Amino acid sequence: MTADLNSYLFVGAVLFVCGVVCMATKRNGIGVLMGVELVLNGANVNFVAFSRYTDLGLDGQVFSLFVIVLAAAEAAVALAIALNFYNNHLTIDVDRANKLKG
Amino acid sequence: MNGESFLFTVFALATCSGAIAVVFSQTVVRMAFWLVISLGSTAALFFLAKADFVGAAQLLIYVGGTLVLLVFGVMLTASGPYLKIATSPGEIVMGSCVGLLFLVVVYASLNGVDWREPAISLEASNPVVATGNTLRPIGLSLLGSRPDQDLTGDGETLSPGYLLPFEIVSVHLLVVLIGAAYLARAKRRAVGSG
Repeated sequence: MTADLNSYLFVGAVLFVCGVVCMATKRNGIGVLMGVELVLNGANVNFVAFSRYTDLGLDGQVFSLFVIVLAAAEAAVALAIALNFYNNHLTIDVDRANKLKG
Repeated sequence: MNGESFLFTVFALATCSGAIAVVFSQTVVRMAFWLVISLGSTAALFFLAKADFVGAAQLLIYVGGTLVLLVFGVMLTASGPYLKIATSPGEIVMGSCVGLLFLVVVYASLNGVDWREPAISLEASNPVVATGNTLRPIGLSLLGSRPDQDLTGDGETLSPGYLLPFEIVSVHLLVVLIGAAYLARAKRRAVGSG
């Protein structure tokens, strides 16, 4: 496997798909959060790869920095929501969050 | 196989296998461990792609900050150290089949595009990224000036920097952290009083 653009994109695609599957199959709320982190990391790999191997230049790296910062913010808010959910339901199973179900 | 390809193969394998292990782990503590492996190897991939500042930020913020936050979340929400909320095997098989199909679709579509077509030549068009010494250019671009584009261009039009998004994202982070602290505290007080 040589280090070219398509290899980096493949790694990003694997991270993205793993994150999506993780979000879809995990029943633990924290596990769903980890899936979101994987998806954002796949996007970051793509940004950095395009910054290195096309003429996107520095913009890709700056964008991935913004993605990292926003992922930190997202993790903080989602963890606060998860803690609230745990305080109310005494579990973190997302299947139990069905109060709004019609 | 030269050194860069070898290192890329090692770290790409670590990244992908870490991500796959996150999907197939059952306990959330093991998922956190595999996530550390995957994100750390991603930081190494960033270093290999000559994005040294982004790699350092990935190690500091993601592995050092966000994952510690997630582990605290695991600690605060688990009733036991190896809490298991099992996904049924049928769901895992179904999910991995759909995921595999999705990966095939994504990989086929990204292989069908010639990404290099619009690019002229990296080494000539953007010397800053080619050297890999990106700390000062990223800092300057966050302050609003773009030496990597303005010094190599014709010098008449100035490229816009990232001062405004930088300010917005910093205020956003502050507001979000205050809001998260408020969200996490308020319910506990209500539980304590009621």
